[in-house]
Amino acid sequence: MFESIVLWLAAVLTAPFFSAVILKVKAFFGGKKGPPLLINYYTLIKLFKKGSVYSVSTTAVFKMGPVISCATALAALLFLPMAGQMPVISFNGDVILVLYLLGLGRFFTIAAAMDTASPFEGMGAAREAFFPIICEAAMFMILIFFYRLTGELSFAAYFSGTGTLGLWQIAGPSLLFIVIAFFIILVTETSRVPVDDPATHLELTMIHEVMVLDHSGPDFALIELGSFCKLFFYAAILSGLILPFETGIPGAGLLVFIAGLVIVYLVVGIIESTIARYRMDKVPQFVLTSFALAFFATIITLELIQ
Amino acid sequence: MKTFIPISNGGPMLRADIPHLPFDTFRTQALDIVKNGGKVVHFFAYEDSGILKFLMVLRTHELVVAGCDAPETYLSLTSECDPFHLFEREMAEQYGIRPQGHPWLKMVRYHKNIRNKPDVFNNDYTQDIPGAYDYYRVDGDDIHEVAVGPVHAGVIEPGHFRFNCIGERVLHLEIQLGYQHRGVETLLQQVTPKRLPILTENMAGDTTIGHGLCMAQAVEALASVAVDDGAKIIRTIALELERLANHIGDLGALCMDVAFLPPANYFGRIRGDFLNLSLLLCGNRFGKGLVRPGGVRFDLNDEVRKTLTDRIVELKPQVEHVLDLIFSASTVRARFEGCGRVSRDDAGHLGLVGPAGRASGLAYDVRRWFPTEWYGYLKVPENPKPSGDVYARALVRKDEVLQSLEMIQSLIDRPVTTRVVEGRMPTLPPDSLCVTLNEAWRGEVSHALLTDDTGHILRYKVKDPSFHNWNGLAMALRDTGISDFPLNNKSFNLSYCGFDL
Repeated sequence: MFESIVLWLAAVLTAPFFSAVILKVKAFFGGKKGPPLLINYYTLIKLFKKGSVYSVSTTAVFKMGPVISCATALAALLFLPMAGQMPVISFNGDVILVLYLLGLGRFFTIAAAMDTASPFEGMGAAREAFFPIICEAAMFMILIFFYRLTGELSFAAYFSGTGTLGLWQIAGPSLLFIVIAFFIILVTETSRVPVDDPATHLELTMIHEVMVLDHSGPDFALIELGSFCKLFFYAAILSGLILPFETGIPGAGLLVFIAGLVIVYLVVGIIESTIARYRMDKVPQFVLTSFALAFFATIITLELIQ
Repeated sequence: MKTFIPISNGGPMLRADIPHLPFDTFRTQALDIVKNGGKVVHFFAYEDSGILKFLMVLRTHELVVAGCDAPETYLSLTSECDPFHLFEREMAEQYGIRPQGHPWLKMVRYHKNIRNKPDVFNNDYTQDIPGAYDYYRVDGDDIHEVAVGPVHAGVIEPGHFRFNCIGERVLHLEIQLGYQHRGVETLLQQVTPKRLPILTENMAGDTTIGHGLCMAQAVEALASVAVDDGAKIIRTIALELERLANHIGDLGALCMDVAFLPPANYFGRIRGDFLNLSLLLCGNRFGKGLVRPGGVRFDLNDEVRKTLTDRIVELKPQVEHVLDLIFSASTVRARFEGCGRVSRDDAGHLGLVGPAGRASGLAYDVRRWFPTEWYGYLKVPENPKPSGDVYARALVRKDEVLQSLEMIQSLIDRPVTTRVVEGRMPTLPPDSLCVTLNEAWRGEVSHALLTDDTGHILRYKVKDPSFHNWNGLAMALRDTGISDFPLNNKSFNLSYCGFDL
């Protein structure tokens, strides 16, 4: 239990670091030095030191947005098995709770955006509400897949101990599909290229960024921290999926887990550097691919389980 | 019967020789020329000893000019023929004359007319735009309006954009500029002549050479100052360097807008490299202070020429490599192709010029049609593209970048000698007119200079290519996703200050 809490704390504290890896990769491809790896800490500290500016037309909903979106991201990490360890909290069905915890965070981000009554933020909110619907379908397909293989509905069953390795042994090929599907979900949910462009300053093209334009200071820091944690959450699941090795050597599990994380963040960075963003009306097709992949993976396992 | 007569680009003429037609003849003939494929270069009003007159310069395969007395209200030419649209609005704003039957009579730059006549648009100029202006609205439950600007997220110029959208699709975009109206034209008529070069170079900072050349050529033509070949070559190189730096910057920015980072980063740097070549030429990255009536203020000695050659040889493969990177990326093409299409027909009606016009199939290029400086001796290829989308506008820039590199290389191959001028302004002859056109990187820049009976400037009319092209952007956005606005905007990359003057 103690180890799990330490891991959770470490995850929250290192999430900003890993996000900076993406920036470094992008800078590398652009032939630049890029910001230091600790840039996100500097940014967070800077933001927390600042005051907040609130528009007179906003209400308490606007202030709740950042707090809840950050809190839900932190809470989601509590349920996440890291480095093969048990998560802080685990029970049968926790997967669905986590899905909707993240959904709750999104709901309040959208509500806060709508609260500003800015047409930009409304537009972003509409987009943010639309794309994750498809993600949710894909997520449930993935859950059905895992449920069929393990008969359980908890992260601990899938990702702690030798659980994942077992999955690869039962249904390796279809699990590959799941990895790709999950990566698409990661890209969509965390607003990365080719779905969204976290680096743009053009409000009309933004999805996630535009919704938080009116937040400032500590509020914005919470939003940033929340999104680092969210990215970490998805990356950690992928890390568990792609490097499921259980060595039995103390500490080695943690190293493997970190290696997996670095791989995921590197891949996100490389994709972000080498392809352009999709046109907005093509994004649903891209996101739907994740559903299709998960669906096929599940169909294939129907045969295997028999 | 009197009719429009041909003039040459940069050819001086006496104002007495301008055909002065009765208004009705003027109107009929102008409509006739434009309906048969002619384009409007200038259509402006000026006051000549208390009498308001029109002057119109049209372009067919040649430039033609005519004038007439301006009536206080007249039957709009736009009501029959679209390309006069913005010109008539501009005159209504500047002089308070009303074109009857104009389909969309709204202000251009939001200022009082200079004759203190009652305002044609009933505007209250004590209020700021856009607050005081009723924008075009699409009604319906599902329609939402998005207002962008005048203050933007980037460090760019101010302008207000009003979108009427259904979902993500733009039905109509209205662009309102004028936030940077400084009264350049009035100022040019009032200042001492020695300030002309500084003012023209700075009225649209990214087109320093383009505007500077127009002014210098007009003054030279009027005052019969000969420019030596060396100066002409240096000016041509400078204009091409300006084109290179801007086109390369635009292509990089287009990639930035679709989140394709490597070319955006590389071209950001390479743009700087080309600006530095202008720096090498004259000590200013934007070419300010280079072009003066009579020639250039800096010659091209062998040492500079050598460095310039070496730098171009070094940069050319880099440019080609990055261009290849952009145009071979399928994800980039997916974004560019079919986005923001302006048909050839629409482009013709709007009178688009420059790369934006060529991307819609209008081959017009001043360098080919009415060559000035050294362009008469250069082969300037035509670059019309059929598709009229962002891809076409990017492709035109790509072609022009490669062509400009070749032009510069051919020009710096041999030694150039010129007698450096200090930029003293010659005295201008009385009662004369000169119209100059140049193909700046955004397209046709044109100045028309009229002198009064004492040789002072009576009217200085400036037309930046952006004057034609802003409506092209509004047209491109029809039926395009609102999220593609920044991409389209960048593909036109128009000047706010060049328009606002």
